Amino acid sequence: MDTYINIYIERERDRGFGFFLTELSDYNRSGSNLKVEDNPELYFGPKIFRSSLHLIGSARVKKDQMRSFQSMLNYFPEEVLEHVFDFLTSHRDRNAVSLVCKSWYAVERFSREKVFIGNCYAISPDRLIARFPRVRSLTLKGKPHFADFNLVPHDWGGYVQPWIESMVKGGVNLEELRLKRMLVSDESLELLANSFPNFKSLVLVSCEGFTTDGLAAIASNCRFLRELDLQENEVEDRRGQWLSRFPDSCTSLVSLNFACLKGEVNLASLERLVARCCNLRSLRVNHAVPLDALQRILAQAPQLVDLGTGSFVHDPDSESYNKLETSMQKCTSITSLSGFLDVTARCLPAIYSICRHLTTLNLSYAPGIYSDELVKLICHCNKLERLLVLDTIGDKGLGVVASTCKELQELRVFPSDIYVVGNASVTEEGLVAISAGCPKLNSILYFCQQMTNAALITVAKNCPNFIRFRLCTLNPTVPDAVTMQPLDEGFGAIVKSCKGLKRLSVSGLLTDQVFLYFGRYAKQLEMLSIAFAGDSDKGMLYVLNGCKKLKKLEIRDSPFGNVALLADMGKYETMRSLWMSSCEVTLGACKTLAQKMPKLNVEIINESDQMEDSVDDKQKVEKMYLYRTLVGPRKDAPDFVWTL
Amino acid sequence: MGLFSCLTKNKQIPNSERYSSSKSSSPINLCCFYYSHFQDYFSGQQAILHFIDLMSTPLLDVDGVGHGNATLMSSSASVDCVSQSGSGLKECNFLGLSDCSSVDSSAVSNVSVENKNNLNLKATELRLGLPGSRSPERDSDFSLLTSGKLDEKQLFPLLPSKDGICSLTQKSIVSGNKRGFSDTVDGFSEIKSSVFTEGKWMFNATGSDSGTPQSVVEAKLAGNAGLNVILSNNSSGAQPSMKKEVSTRAPKEGHNKMNGSNNNSSAPAAKAQVVGWPPIRSFRKNTLSTTSKNNDEVDGKPGPGALFVKVSMDGAPYLRKVDLRTYSTYQELSSALEKMFMCFTIRKCGSQEAPDREMLGENKLKDLLNGADYVLTFEDKDGDWMLVGDVPWEMFIESCKRLKIMKGSDAIGLAPRAMEKSKNQK
Repeated sequence: MDTYINIYIERERDRGFGFFLTELSDYNRSGSNLKVEDNPELYFGPKIFRSSLHLIGSARVKKDQMRSFQSMLNYFPEEVLEHVFDFLTSHRDRNAVSLVCKSWYAVERFSREKVFIGNCYAISPDRLIARFPRVRSLTLKGKPHFADFNLVPHDWGGYVQPWIESMVKGGVNLEELRLKRMLVSDESLELLANSFPNFKSLVLVSCEGFTTDGLAAIASNCRFLRELDLQENEVEDRRGQWLSRFPDSCTSLVSLNFACLKGEVNLASLERLVARCCNLRSLRVNHAVPLDALQRILAQAPQLVDLGTGSFVHDPDSESYNKLETSMQKCTSITSLSGFLDVTARCLPAIYSICRHLTTLNLSYAPGIYSDELVKLICHCNKLERLLVLDTIGDKGLGVVASTCKELQELRVFPSDIYVVGNASVTEEGLVAISAGCPKLNSILYFCQQMTNAALITVAKNCPNFIRFRLCTLNPTVPDAVTMQPLDEGFGAIVKSCKGLKRLSVSGLLTDQVFLYFGRYAKQLEMLSIAFAGDSDKGMLYVLNGCKKLKKLEIRDSPFGNVALLADMGKYETMRSLWMSSCEVTLGACKTLAQKMPKLNVEIINESDQMEDSVDDKQKVEKMYLYRTLVGPRKDAPDFVWTL
Repeated sequence: MGLFSCLTKNKQIPNSERYSSSKSSSPINLCCFYYSHFQDYFSGQQAILHFIDLMSTPLLDVDGVGHGNATLMSSSASVDCVSQSGSGLKECNFLGLSDCSSVDSSAVSNVSVENKNNLNLKATELRLGLPGSRSPERDSDFSLLTSGKLDEKQLFPLLPSKDGICSLTQKSIVSGNKRGFSDTVDGFSEIKSSVFTEGKWMFNATGSDSGTPQSVVEAKLAGNAGLNVILSNNSSGAQPSMKKEVSTRAPKEGHNKMNGSNNNSSAPAAKAQVVGWPPIRSFRKNTLSTTSKNNDEVDGKPGPGALFVKVSMDGAPYLRKVDLRTYSTYQELSSALEKMFMCFTIRKCGSQEAPDREMLGENKLKDLLNGADYVLTFEDKDGDWMLVGDVPWEMFIESCKRLKIMKGSDAIGLAPRAMEKSKNQK
């Protein structure tokens, strides 16, 4: 395979060089593209101006010529390279750069400050520090994605503690930590707060295991804290005093989100904190913050860009409601709005004044806003790019969205009532309306009652730009509502026309045919979720053979078995992980796989005790999770997790 | 009744025989064949429980256990007509569930006649079947069966044909067909609404003579939910692998779920949730459920946003809560309540419903067993029980403390009209 790298080299008139990379195609196996898009002309040096630059040459170099070219590259001082690399923000581009040659590798290694680790068991913390000693920002993910839906036992693992310990030991100057689906103890948070003096940003998404005590430690010790973002965490709320632990000297907060906390909040502390953090841009409070407190906060922080309201319950005829309306009118910079867990619908007109600026609106936690009010509200929001709602909006409401929000790029519609298939739900009509009215739509999550092939084909035609397409029928194996056929053709149309599709979740009645389409057309697909679909091993094989860029595959309750699992074992080394639960895979096959592929961890999650007694290779595996790793079997696995 | 005795009788059939029995063309054997499949899905006691559970789903009635199933299967059979050019047609009538009943019932026969399509007619015939109980070899069995159709009727004498179908059964047939044959939609949208409204609670409110467009949609949905139960397993039909697939899924939650969504009311549905489906983050689930709990605490008073009131029903083992704010008309409320409590009323709502169908103004569910109908009543702020529909909706919302679905006879005295209605009934 020929690999080319385009390097444009520019020279500044008296000294220094500049160059930029335009394309690095097919370099590594995943064939990533390297682009410096924002910098058509890149220049640097102490007193250099754009006019002083001129192109001295560009080269297209074959990979095997790289060696001779290397001398040329080496001509650049490392600082120059480093500076250039600073413009590469995507992890993938940096990975590509580090593969070019040894010196690039070295430069990239020392200059990488942001590290993303998609699976905390794929690598050890020590190895991370050895490779990237200057890491400042770390993003870690723990449990498999299906943990979100209660398919992974609570104590499966994903502890952050060893990572923090290693970084403390390794003298890392950590500033930012972003965790998703990890177990975070108060101890970890305390260690974090006490060990990294420059710590600035903590983002926890779907994490658990900590309490407000841990947050108090962060609040009191991280003097330069800019961001504390708690998204959908299960936090034990011991007392509401953690907010008062922010020292009076703390004025650096830019973002504060504690919407997921259940308990009471010290309102006075909150108001004082907001008042002194004049750079605060994002504030999302929990439902314990009443409307009048919100009003006072808004009056002090009209600069807010992102607001998450607390309880929006009040008497709309009262004075403080009028005040709120006035304060809201002054908050013209708010572009993102969420919250409304409790809401009095008659108070909603207070936010109409900011609606026309909004680009993001999240009402997916607002079951109290019903269709009519929702529609009225959305009518004011014609700049929306991102909308999250409950299906109480109805097909009619989605029609209004379609005609109002012409800029819409992302839509998520969640079910309002997950137990009763009630009358408040959306169907294919709403989806079609959205696709027809919002040409910029590129991401959707849609929980619906029913779907049809015709609708999906129309959607595919209307919106070929989908990057993420997640469709969930409330009944997992429901066929086309009109023809009663499988939904194969509909999803086939989606992958056919959406060339850039990266994430796909499917549901409804599906046969192997749909996977044939996926394998054939979904060339950019990175994550695929399958549930209750397919009819034989072929289905999974189509996907494994066809989707070359697949990183994560998760399958549940589908009849895929050993043949599919073992057909191309090398494939799993190119992927981050594979999850299979309630499929036809047997223990023996998993063992074979584990034996043949030492770089994979094949884990069986066995919650029932049956398998303890008679370990039979022919026994079907309840839940299997396999992932590539550089460090071998993990040591913190609980008893019910067997690493083969 | 006949069916149940048949089921228990055949329970003892040994495994080996079960399958071989399906080769013969006797309807009895077929019946046990199906049951044996049930046994495959669930074992022992559980099987029966599930079976009964299934029976008490909204689409079924006690007298003709076959009816409900027949409805489901016939709907799916109609799909077969479309998708598999009739391979499944012959299965229809082995139970002898009076094809005339379905033919007589105007809604369905109209459709078929309009369509001039024999297949349709067959599709509306009734048969007993279980989710996912189709495999190629069975198809052939069924074709053998067709000749014996007439005999079967005598073997399983069920309800009188005309009265044999409760309105809901019809509804689901109709809506099922509607989805299946879109070209005939116009043909029966009318019937549909009429059929639908019959299932409604008795209201004093005017203008309840025909379903609102919205309620029709709901009916459609309800019908669909019923269909799904079968179709999700059934319509990929002829592939041999399907059987395996189904058998692996069915014992797990997957199957329950289908029951659940069918029985789109109530606790069984909630219990029967598939773990992790629909895929909603548990945090979201918890948060949203706590919110409604919070609102529950202000029971009966106009709480923030939501207004939950308890709904009880005579004879129903548990209460439900509804949020009145989610509805904006009496019609909406009625159809929602109807869905919630269908499993308790429908079994009682049977043959007498059919002749009544023409009386569009009469929205009632009738209790077949003791000849009573149900009326929806509410307790107002002052603790007085009133008939729902007597006051404007807004006033109702403000004053309603709780709801009760009473037997019509018990409601006599609440309001003159209630009395009138129950007299009419008698």
